[in-house]
Amino acid sequence: MTEVEATVDPTISPALRAEALESLLLERGLIDTKTIETFIRTYETAVGPMNGAKVVAKAWTDPEYKQHLLADGTAAIAALGFKGPQGEHMVVLENTPDVHHVVVCTLCSCYPWPVLGLPPSWYKDPAYRARVVKEPRAVLAEWGTELDPGVEVRVMDSSSEVRYLVLPERPAGTESMSEEELAALVTRDSMVGVTKVLAP
Amino acid sequence: MTTATLPLDVEGPAAPPRANGELVFAEPWEGRAFGLTMALADRGVLSYDAFREVLIARIAAWEADHPVGECFSYYRCWLQALEQVLASEDLVPAEELVARSAAFAARPAGHDHEHEHDHGHDHGHDHDH
Repeated sequence: MTEVEATVDPTISPALRAEALESLLLERGLIDTKTIETFIRTYETAVGPMNGAKVVAKAWTDPEYKQHLLADGTAAIAALGFKGPQGEHMVVLENTPDVHHVVVCTLCSCYPWPVLGLPPSWYKDPAYRARVVKEPRAVLAEWGTELDPGVEVRVMDSSSEVRYLVLPERPAGTESMSEEELAALVTRDSMVGVTKVLAP
Repeated sequence: MTTATLPLDVEGPAAPPRANGELVFAEPWEGRAFGLTMALADRGVLSYDAFREVLIARIAAWEADHPVGECFSYYRCWLQALEQVLASEDLVPAEELVARSAAFAARPAGHDHEHEHDHGHDHGHDHDH
């Protein structure tokens, strides 16, 4: 680490450094521009929380799928076509009236990309990562998630060995809604566990 | 871990990732740093897990000590981690990166920013942004 730090000129912006790195890697034939741009475009436009919302809506409406999802998250999610980097070792946690899970990555920002996309800045922020472990109820309250004192709160630390996705509670009053309509209700934040899914 | 296995569900009825009101990448260079890393991992030039270990160390180092008033930048840590991995594997020596960055910095005004809008490059971008 020190070797690189010693040569970092803080006056050179990250934009220039990224551009310089890309040009050197291109010259060495280690990358090609098309692959880089495909990755950027994919995560900017195609992979995101709408994938996880479909998983949740299916689990809400198909008991057999839900059982599969809770038993083997990686396989059940892949069965809907959602796979790729950071989609291995998925564990799905069911929120119930008695237990509320909330997910963090205390070391960096491990996050289930295929179902949620890239993490939002608050998830990566040192304040969230430190505080949700120490005072989860206070953090949840700031998100507007007021939990009954009787509800057990479990803070789950994602890592490269296990990446968590929360299966939020299906809100009351949605019994007549279709799977597609339900998917539209499911938010990214509810699948991280900082909020609940609200009825329309 | 190839691009082919990534789901490209652009046809679906659901909103794109930015639907929660935040861009995936706040600045273009963040996307380049991300795309570079994933392209290198995809080709097996670096291992994402090894990169992640260095990223964790970078984030911890920032949290332990940083200039007063400096805001946390996840992708700055990410880019530093990538530079470090490439330097330690001797794929891109640090001095060479510094020299190239300085050369780019010395370009005339109008050529030293906004990668995507820089038409002076010789490596043929698809200008579809």
